[in-house]
Amino acid sequence: MPPMTEKMKLDRKTAPEFRAIENISLVRPERFQLDNGCQIFTFNSGDQDLVRIEWLFKNLRFNPAKPLLNVAVNTMLTEGTSRLSASQIADQVDFYGAFLQVDYGYDHSQVVLYTLTKHLSKTLPVLKELIADSVFPEKEIETFVRNQQQKLQVSLQKNDVVARRTFNKAIYGETIYGLGANFEDYKTLQRQDMIEHFRQMYQPANCTIIAAGKVDQSTLDQIVLHFGQEWTNYSVAADISQPTLQPSTERVYLVEKPGALQSAIRMGLPLINRKHPDFPSFQVLNTILGGYFGSRLMANIREDKGYTYGIGSGLSSLDKGAAFFIASEVGADVCRAAVAEIEKEIVLLKTELVPESELSLVRNYMLGSLLGSLENVFSHADKFKNIHFAGLDYDYYERYTDAVKNITSEEILRLAQKYFDLEKFYRVIVGKF
Amino acid sequence: MVKFNRFTLDNGLRVLVHEDHTTPMAVLNILYDVGARDEDPDKTGFAHLFEHLMFGGSVNIPQYDEPLQRVGGENNAFTSNDITNYYITLPAANIETAFWLESDRMLSLAFSEKSLEVQRNVVIEEFKQRYLNQPYGDVWLKLRPLVYHRHPYRWATIGKEIKHIEDAQMADVKAFFKKHYNPQNAIVVIGGNISTGRAKELAEKWFGPIPAGEKYLRDLPKEPVQLEARRETVSGKVPLNDLYIAFHMPGRLDEGYYELDLISDILSRGNSSRLHRTLVKDKQLFSEIHAYNMGSFDAGMFVVEGKPLENISIETAEAAIWEELEKLKAELVPDDELTKVKNKTESTMVFSEMSLLDKAMNLAQFELFGDADMLNNETEKYNNVNAANIQTEAKKVFRKENSSTLVYLAEK
Repeated sequence: MPPMTEKMKLDRKTAPEFRAIENISLVRPERFQLDNGCQIFTFNSGDQDLVRIEWLFKNLRFNPAKPLLNVAVNTMLTEGTSRLSASQIADQVDFYGAFLQVDYGYDHSQVVLYTLTKHLSKTLPVLKELIADSVFPEKEIETFVRNQQQKLQVSLQKNDVVARRTFNKAIYGETIYGLGANFEDYKTLQRQDMIEHFRQMYQPANCTIIAAGKVDQSTLDQIVLHFGQEWTNYSVAADISQPTLQPSTERVYLVEKPGALQSAIRMGLPLINRKHPDFPSFQVLNTILGGYFGSRLMANIREDKGYTYGIGSGLSSLDKGAAFFIASEVGADVCRAAVAEIEKEIVLLKTELVPESELSLVRNYMLGSLLGSLENVFSHADKFKNIHFAGLDYDYYERYTDAVKNITSEEILRLAQKYFDLEKFYRVIVGKF
Repeated sequence: MVKFNRFTLDNGLRVLVHEDHTTPMAVLNILYDVGARDEDPDKTGFAHLFEHLMFGGSVNIPQYDEPLQRVGGENNAFTSNDITNYYITLPAANIETAFWLESDRMLSLAFSEKSLEVQRNVVIEEFKQRYLNQPYGDVWLKLRPLVYHRHPYRWATIGKEIKHIEDAQMADVKAFFKKHYNPQNAIVVIGGNISTGRAKELAEKWFGPIPAGEKYLRDLPKEPVQLEARRETVSGKVPLNDLYIAFHMPGRLDEGYYELDLISDILSRGNSSRLHRTLVKDKQLFSEIHAYNMGSFDAGMFVVEGKPLENISIETAEAAIWEELEKLKAELVPDDELTKVKNKTESTMVFSEMSLLDKAMNLAQFELFGDADMLNNETEKYNNVNAANIQTEAKKVFRKENSSTLVYLAEK
């Protein structure tokens, strides 16, 4: 034991010893294939008596003449089946304290149920109804259209929303990824089209079920009971092909908003998705630039200049494409200066090596962040979704951690030079410039 | 059930430990018992600005974020009208870094002029982004002073006006730190893969030597009882009219709170709720409508907010909301409906236990209320509410003379 005086001398200037993260272990699912084509993946962790079940369906081919079918059909799954009205569905789900969500995504649309396992036998039949037998009542469609049109008016007054829509349209064109619904689009929604779309998309052969939580044999049996034999495929297979992406040749978009106090900036370009071998390494580059609180964009544009409340960059990886983007809302008077600083940071990454101290910080941050993102059994299921739908295996995460641990400054420089071609950047400003 | 151990250091710092060995992570959550309600009326927005300054370096550590990121950690904070809460998540093996960082900024900040200047700008941009440059963003800047005339809930955490942020001086920063940021005004919760023994050892090592400071004794003006209906109509460049009706209601620890919280669920939680079903679906009067309570520690605010459809007059919309409120006063809530909202409360509690950080924050908040174990009695408290209790509270609260109506008109 050291003498008392030694113990009293607390060194507050030196950081405590720390350990690098070595092992990150991911829970892998059990897989079940049903005869009707539906696949089930389960993650069983019995700590809490609850379960999250997700039904994922690949979106159908985008039709520019009827652009809202994928999103409208998904959103309206809660609005009535042949046996249950919208209010009966809501009653049954709410009564048992369950949460029912429908989520439309660029590649998949999903239905999610969160329920205590003790109520599963009551909530699951309702889910079966709406997944297998939604009818889209005319009156509910009218209400949906009207309310969505109202909400759209509010969204379109938000600069960041307009910037995102403009950007996506520019880099993806008239495709499901480029879609920004407008007021008129809602008028194209017809009940018959919705029913046909529903039948084709929400069928077993186009469905993946992922259950996480207390998924013991009894839970699994109940899922199979409802979504196995008694759930049959439609006569037409789901057409999940998509039109080719059509990036615009126009690269600069300025949407003037007189009187704006801030301008929304969104810039970036089409890029590689998760399937590409450079993807994990690019994530390191992205993190350095704008992927965490201590990133160069935050350090410069927020913490040094005070131009914004927040700025970040990201890579959105989709099935048929991907985009790298930088987004922020900055004071209208400093918009030009902010854009110049963003470009400066990009050029810097293309011309100078990232110092080792910064790189080692980012390595540890990213590994800690990965470890921290595995908070509970739901997170393990989410990690699985990332790879499964990209057609990747768990070795993706090994390659990811390898890239994070071993990437060199030279490699980062090379990636920045390869992918950050400022000439090809799309630039969207909404507000004042 | 969230289990925990508790001890208090000699300097008055309360420490709770929630062991969870199923995760490789740990959290360190510090709640400071200071919020926007503790601000000087001429220097509003200060508690929140101060929160930003807590990241600008401390007396021995020039950079707060960097060393934390270096050990794989993340952090954030929020300020409410009642409290300021800081949290760190990091690999449990590196938990000492969190103690080191948090104890140093509790000991003393660096008080850097550059940090103050930059964060003033950042907060001003936040003010613009969230309150001024958004459709309806300024609603809370207008509704709060309509509902509260004396209590400091009359201003939002961001502050009354940008000028108050611009005027903040280093002397104010130092005085605020001395008054509020000391062991006696804080609660630390350690959670995750760490033993109570180790947590205690680290707490004593890093937080133990910090001087106790002075205990801040809160003495806020009470909001006088409202005697007549209040009403304000404003207009702005928004696409749709928006209607807010706010009522005074009991504070978080007062009689009647749980009843009002369940009423907000009955009115607006989920698609089976009354306001959605009746006013959005059946009568087709609103495109969206919500009811909520702010969960304030002092006497709070119950708000009903909705956007009427374009062909619906404000009068019709308002009358329809009142009809629903009157129904709560006139008729007992049916058993099934009450069971429904209680079931939802129960499952929400169970699901919230999936998150280590949520558990730590909840423990800190309930410890501030007097005993962290109250967290484990929450479901029971909701379950003890009956239909008659709900009717009684509805009658007390949903009165015209207790209401403040804000009409936000779209300028065409």
